[in-house]
Amino acid sequence: MPIQHYIVLALSLFCIGIAGVLARRNIIIIFMCIELMLNAANLMLVAFSKMHHAAWLADAKSVPSAGTDGQLFVFFIMVVAAAEVTVGLAIIVMMYRNTHSVDVNFLNRLKH
Amino acid sequence: MIPVILLIIPLLTGFFLFAIKNERSAKSIALFSSIVTLIISILGITCMKNPAWLHYDAEWMPALGSRFHVKLDGMGQLLCLLTAISFPLIFVSTWYNEYKSASRFYALMLLSQAGLIGVFIAMDALLFYFFWELALIPVYFLCSIWGGERRIAATFKFFIYTFAGSLLMLLGLIYLYFRANQSFSLEAFYAIKFIRGQDTMLFWLLFAAFAVKMPVFPFHTWQPDTYEQSPTAVTMVLSGIMVKMGVFGLLRWVVPVVPVPSWQWGDTVTGFAIAGMIYASLVAIRQDDLKRLVAYSSIAHIGLMCAAIFATNKSGMQGVMLQMFNHGINIIGLWIVVNAIEQKYHTRKMSELGGVAQKAPALAILLVVIALANIGLPLTNGFVGEFMMFNGLFGSGKATTFSVVFTAVALISIILAAVYTLNMIKKVFYGNTTEVTAAGGDITFNVKLALSIIVLLILLLGVFPKPMLSVTNQISDAILGRMYYKH
Amino acid sequence: MGNIIHLAWLVPLFPLLGFFINGLGRKSLSKSAIGAVGSGAILASFIVSIMIVMQVKSPGFVPSHGIVRLFDFINIDKFIIPFSFQVDQLSSLFLLIITGVGFLIHVYSTSYMHDEEPQHFGRYFAYLNLFVFSMLLLVMGGNFVIMFIGWEGVGLCSYLLIGFWFKNGDYNNAAKKAFVMNRIGDFGFLLAVFWIIAKVGSVNYPDVFAAAASLGKADLTIITLLLFLGAAGKSAQIPLYTWLPDAMAGPTPVSALIHAATMVTAGIYMIARSNILYTMAPVTQTVVAVTGLVTAIFAATIALRQNDIKKVLAYSTVSQLGYMFLGLGVGAYTGAVFHVMTHAFFKALLFLGAGSVIHAMQSEQDIRNMGGLKKQMPVTHITFLLACLAIAGVPPFSGFFSKDEILAGAFTVNPVFYYIGVAGALMTAFYMFRLYAMTFLGGFRGTHDQEHHLHESPLTITFPLIVLAVLSTIAGFAGLPEVFVENGHALEHFLAPIFAGSEKLKPAHHLDHSTEIIMMVSVTVLVLVTIIYAWTKFSRYGKTGTETAGLARVLENNWYVDEIYDAVIVKPLNAFAGFLNRFVERTFIDGIVNGVGRTIQYGSRQIRLLQSGQVGSYILLMVLGILAFFAIAFFVKK
Repeated sequence: MPIQHYIVLALSLFCIGIAGVLARRNIIIIFMCIELMLNAANLMLVAFSKMHHAAWLADAKSVPSAGTDGQLFVFFIMVVAAAEVTVGLAIIVMMYRNTHSVDVNFLNRLKH
Repeated sequence: MIPVILLIIPLLTGFFLFAIKNERSAKSIALFSSIVTLIISILGITCMKNPAWLHYDAEWMPALGSRFHVKLDGMGQLLCLLTAISFPLIFVSTWYNEYKSASRFYALMLLSQAGLIGVFIAMDALLFYFFWELALIPVYFLCSIWGGERRIAATFKFFIYTFAGSLLMLLGLIYLYFRANQSFSLEAFYAIKFIRGQDTMLFWLLFAAFAVKMPVFPFHTWQPDTYEQSPTAVTMVLSGIMVKMGVFGLLRWVVPVVPVPSWQWGDTVTGFAIAGMIYASLVAIRQDDLKRLVAYSSIAHIGLMCAAIFATNKSGMQGVMLQMFNHGINIIGLWIVVNAIEQKYHTRKMSELGGVAQKAPALAILLVVIALANIGLPLTNGFVGEFMMFNGLFGSGKATTFSVVFTAVALISIILAAVYTLNMIKKVFYGNTTEVTAAGGDITFNVKLALSIIVLLILLLGVFPKPMLSVTNQISDAILGRMYYKH
Repeated sequence: MGNIIHLAWLVPLFPLLGFFINGLGRKSLSKSAIGAVGSGAILASFIVSIMIVMQVKSPGFVPSHGIVRLFDFINIDKFIIPFSFQVDQLSSLFLLIITGVGFLIHVYSTSYMHDEEPQHFGRYFAYLNLFVFSMLLLVMGGNFVIMFIGWEGVGLCSYLLIGFWFKNGDYNNAAKKAFVMNRIGDFGFLLAVFWIIAKVGSVNYPDVFAAAASLGKADLTIITLLLFLGAAGKSAQIPLYTWLPDAMAGPTPVSALIHAATMVTAGIYMIARSNILYTMAPVTQTVVAVTGLVTAIFAATIALRQNDIKKVLAYSTVSQLGYMFLGLGVGAYTGAVFHVMTHAFFKALLFLGAGSVIHAMQSEQDIRNMGGLKKQMPVTHITFLLACLAIAGVPPFSGFFSKDEILAGAFTVNPVFYYIGVAGALMTAFYMFRLYAMTFLGGFRGTHDQEHHLHESPLTITFPLIVLAVLSTIAGFAGLPEVFVENGHALEHFLAPIFAGSEKLKPAHHLDHSTEIIMMVSVTVLVLVTIIYAWTKFSRYGKTGTETAGLARVLENNWYVDEIYDAVIVKPLNAFAGFLNRFVERTFIDGIVNGVGRTIQYGSRQIRLLQSGQVGSYILLMVLGILAFFAIAFFVKK
């Protein structure tokens, strides 16, 4: 498959994520949209990594793992994202306990 | 060594005073330190002619190309002497002024003195800038803590103005630093070869920086407000010495460094300065507050100095040198009088005062002499300086084609000066006493002492200005030499 | 005796010492001590002055010997302004007048001012001594700068003495007016000095006068005009004369010394000193002559209708000074100086006499309330009459000779000047005898209380009057015209070296003797007729309650000149200053400064609103920012 398809898919996912973050007020949905954006980025990393791997394998001197660092990043991102989810969900739970709501507009305390 | 000693005495005493709790002894220590400084600065002019004594050079910030290079040349000697004379006078004349936490007040005053002396002796641009700020920062605190009712607003205005000026100056100095192969020394600045037109921008940057401090019309509006709101002791420092920093800065760091634009734009600057003289004199006529009146009178006098610098001849230059000293002495005298009146009658409004001559004849006589010096009456010091400056302005045919017009317009200010000064004398001292003044008595001994010293200096320098002129003769020639050098 | 000129500095030194002693000791010294110190200092100067005049008169005197150089006042490289004195015929003559008349007035003052408190008495004598010091500096100065020192010094003393009774606000205003008017003149003087320095490179008289020939016509004209502006300020000429009548606020001896005999003649001295410059600038000469003439007439018309005894004398002074300027303007320098001398005697006498009258009348100055004083005050009366005859120009009193010389000089230049001058002389005769008749003749018109107190003044007051009366009567014989006595003009011979340069340049056309005699006789007859008319008219003066109207009223109000000045100069200037203070300073410049501050504050308050605290809006902004970056990266960079 040509790389353009991946790009279009990732971009669509990212835009959906942004639109969700901007448009929705439910913090859980915002959280999911952030995940969506993260995964769009992951998708791009994997896709380009595969592409570069294929291209550099043609070069005789290169090592077999050439161009795979992007996929490595993806693992890191997934691990960090998982950690973030735990923290983030914990915050959401605390917020719900405090405000009995999952509406982000309640959280305008940054102003003060 | 002398310059370093001059610097260290007030600096150390200043820091030491922060630790002193007893306010009475803080006052005495401050006075003692200022007198020691005075003695040493007199030694620096009279006895220690050996150049090695007047010069000190040490490593400071080698990575930046900046050295701790201080030197007492003629101009420095003159202004250090002015600083050194002023502080004891200020301390003596305001001896009975009450300040809350006085030890801190005196500590800041002395730090400011150290900064001032540093400014006048620094031969390295970064060092100069450092001392410049050292002199100013204590003043911000002095004004904002011990000032009048609207002190915060006034201090803020003062701070913004002077800080903007300082930054312009820093910008200019840094530009010079790169042009001078990463050196801050004055000699290196002098050696810079500018391509024609390149230095015009620089000239205006530096000029604006010093013009704010002097202040030259139309950068002056901080001055009346600040003078009005500061405690009078600080006002004396501000107007007696600090405005000289601006004049001094022009003479040391602008005119000799960028002579070509100083020459080209001399007419423009002179025009502004003289317009400012007339303007300030006219505005002074309408003032009711004594402090504001003196402030505007000071602006008018400084305008003349600024104009005379750009007249580019010996008479004008020597006149400026002399007048820097004379104006400092005279205006401190005026402030002492204002302070005495304010302490006694608790008002500075001329409309509320009157008949003080009946209550305080000694004050009236001393004031009249000082006021006459301020309007440049012959046989007072003001005349000599102003005569030379006007003469320089008139004789500056080489630098400007407008010299006759400039001189004629500038001379109008001597008429206006007579108007506002005599108005002031009349409203405050003559006539019948008012409710406010009816209860007052004559001035205290300390004020009398300080004013008598000032009056003696006024008369002495008015009749024998020659010793002062010979102190600055060499440096005037050097500056003029630089101004003519590239033509 | 040979070296007395080198001791010339003693002359100003004595008054200076007197100033310091009286000034510092005004609280501790007794009144008699103060008076003795004050008068003694002037007497000492007077004695030295006489010795100097003797020396100067001796045939061996060369002008260059008269320069006494004390020290360098200002030096700018090679340009040096020395503190030096110039002793020659002109300055020594003035020394005599100043110290002589000054001494008499000091003696007079010891009695006149005796009611003052001791410290004010001391202050008075200190000022008076300082004045004499300044005046001596003015005439002795060896260059224009030293002259200027004295020039400003006398202005200052005039200010201090006019405002001597400082509790009175009007007096202070008069003092202030005098100083400011003088400063306007100083403006011209200083500018002229700078001009001279720029063109000649020296301010010493010999250098400047030697260089006069090589100066351009325009330069000479401008320098002399500017100097004349200074002279007009100091010597109360149109348009700067208005301070002198107001200066009568000072004590009467001060009016006599400063505002009649000495200080106001400074301008004449200065022009006489620089006569060579003026002779070479005919345009200025015309200006000087016309100004002098107009002032003479103008002031005389005002004097016709004044009722304050001192005001009449003040306007008469202005008028007489006008004659002196006319003399200078037409090149009759000797005549002008001659008139300075005679005027010093008779005007001092008039003022002192007026002082004696005022003293007797308990500070009453309005002549409508006087009359018939000749019985009670015989000495004052006789001396006053002699002075009136002198000023009116009746032969053989001194005023006749000096005024005649000026008028004769005017005739040779332009007969119109002469006729107008004669008209002024007639007015002088009229108002002087109006004054005399209303004061001393007729019946007494004052209160009973005043009448009861009328008395002749003590000896310290009458002694100066008598001396001055003698001088006023005989001083004219120092300058007898050629018509009467061959070589009779002693003063002219004495002053010849000073005016030699100008004499050479002047076209020599002298009046023939018959014309001169006809002129003298006709003027004398006219003057006598005027005197008799005034005498008869005003010796029967009775108090009338009618308001004056028409021209008389205008004259009584001094042609409304003060009001015009006030409306045309003072008020607009004040309003302009107020405008600058209120609008330009506070609203405009401060407005800009504060406006910048306020704009920044306002701006930051608006920008602060962006920080809504809404996470969503932050993200939106972030996204927009990223998009903007993309846009820049894609479209702008390429």
